[in-house]
Amino acid sequence: MNKIKNNTFLLEIDNITVKYSSITALKDLSLYIKKGEMLSVIGANGAGKTTLLKTIAGALKPVKGDIRFEGFSIKQLRPDKIVKHGIVMVPEGRKIFPDLTVKENLELGGYTIKDRVLKKELFELVLKTFPRLKDRLKQHGGTLSGGEQQMLAMGRALMGNPRLLLLDEPSMGLSPIFTREIFSLIELIRKEKSISIIIVEQNAHMALEHSQRTYVLENGQITMEGLSSELKNNPKVIDAYLGV
Amino acid sequence: MEQISYILQQVVNGIQLGAVYALIALGYTMVYGVLRLINFAHGDVFMLGAFVAYFLISKFGLPVYLVFILTMVSCALVGYVIEKVAYKPLRDAPKISLLITAVGVSLFLEYFLSLKALFTPNYIPFPKPFEIETYDLSFFVITNVQLLIFIITFISLFILYLLIYKTRYGIAMRAVSYDKETASLMGVGIDGIISFTFIIGASLAGVGGILYGIAYPQINVFMGIMPGIKSFIAAVLGGIGIIHGAVVGGLIIGLCEVFVSAFLSSTFRDGVIFIILFAVLLFRPMGIFGKRIEKV
Ligand SMILES: Nc1ncnc2c1ncn2[C@@H]1O[C@H](COP(=O)(O)OP(=O)(O)OP(=O)(O)O)[C@@H](O)[C@H]1O
Ligand SMILES: [Mg+2]
Repeated sequence: MNKIKNNTFLLEIDNITVKYSSITALKDLSLYIKKGEMLSVIGANGAGKTTLLKTIAGALKPVKGDIRFEGFSIKQLRPDKIVKHGIVMVPEGRKIFPDLTVKENLELGGYTIKDRVLKKELFELVLKTFPRLKDRLKQHGGTLSGGEQQMLAMGRALMGNPRLLLLDEPSMGLSPIFTREIFSLIELIRKEKSISIIIVEQNAHMALEHSQRTYVLENGQITMEGLSSELKNNPKVIDAYLGV
Repeated sequence: MEQISYILQQVVNGIQLGAVYALIALGYTMVYGVLRLINFAHGDVFMLGAFVAYFLISKFGLPVYLVFILTMVSCALVGYVIEKVAYKPLRDAPKISLLITAVGVSLFLEYFLSLKALFTPNYIPFPKPFEIETYDLSFFVITNVQLLIFIITFISLFILYLLIYKTRYGIAMRAVSYDKETASLMGVGIDGIISFTFIIGASLAGVGGILYGIAYPQINVFMGIMPGIKSFIAAVLGGIGIIHGAVVGGLIIGLCEVFVSAFLSSTFRDGVIFIILFAVLLFRPMGIFGKRIEKV
């Protein structure tokens, strides 16, 4: 990896190892994301994608290595503090609170935002981005369809006013049409709000199509990295992830 | 006619007792929600509430509203400290350690406070904060104590409703009850919400303690045990972790207890409540309002 000056990276992961008691889920993993970038991480089931995002979000702690966000180490911080720093995660399987209304789910996303004016702006932005949520604000989160839940999960994350958004398999369980809709919304969010995004996907097609750079994760280690436009044509990637 | 008015009278008395159970049951159910812990010390916080009120009335002669405020604050503080000192260090420990610790805290409070130098194990008459008056509503009679219990319980429940359904802390509390990890990924500080829950639960138990003291004016350090257990059963009956379940459960348990005393015999009073517990655990372990059964 070419060593550019630290401060050009929004987030930099430096040689982290993450374990679940005896299982090593990530081993000596390094990656970085630049400001405004959409980065994708592709990998098979159990490769460690969710572990990676949870570690960035602070829900898991690396036993080794460092994670820096805007130059500061966030490795020791609790998840709620990391949200305050501007990193918000959309968890795998959406994790909507089914007994909370759509509005309450969104409000929870804005839990760290004290500024009422900003909160209102964010709320309006979310409704503008996901108009389907607007008619369903009073409905319980659990009554939404899968695609709507994904929108709610993303809206909820946007309510936290993130500078870095972590998306864990947003296309999971969605029809191709809905997946495309979700991806174009992700693109919109990145461009309009200049939010940097790390997206983790098994759907390598979509991930490679929409991101600038991609890392390939296998058994907890990065095995390939590069521009998405180049990796798309890499025979190994085609063979392992894009095969029909 | 006489029979109907007798029944109505028992209903009034049952709601009086049930209201107190509901106030205690709320603390059990909310704490269970966020920690999956049956906080055995909760009944003792109720007892402390009665004692604090006793001192505020008999030693300082404070007006009733101040008694309520100061008792709630004291109980909130006790609840907060219990959680921080006894439960928080066990956040990652097996649930059984937490449960045993809760029993330990309960026994500590009871036996420490029953020392001669402190409250002693004897019954103490609870002072009357005001003269008791009885109003005859032709079908049944109602006392100003009962009216106070109904009004205070109603106000408490209303404030609780606002807290839980209209504030960000309440939303966060419900989220934490459902899924701690996801709540924390949304920026919710879990420890803060757990403290918040203990504070609310303990304040409500404090209110229950005062009302119980006024209605049944004999207090002692072990007075929290039976109402504690019955309120816990009320929480299970309503569906543990479910807020409105605790209220409904409390009222049902209070009514059952009073009706059994009135129509059967007061010796069966406690036994019937335990039969209810067995029946719930056998036939509907998730309680009246419960949906899913979770493994503890
Ligand atoms: N809580 C856990 N305890 C123990 N091992 C775990 C735990 N969570 C994940 N693992 C293991 O860590 C490895 C990586 O899991 P992870 O969930 O990060 O994979 P993933 O790439 O997100 O997979 P998927 O595409 O199926 O979501 C797997 O081998 C998994 O079994
Ligand atoms: Mg995963």
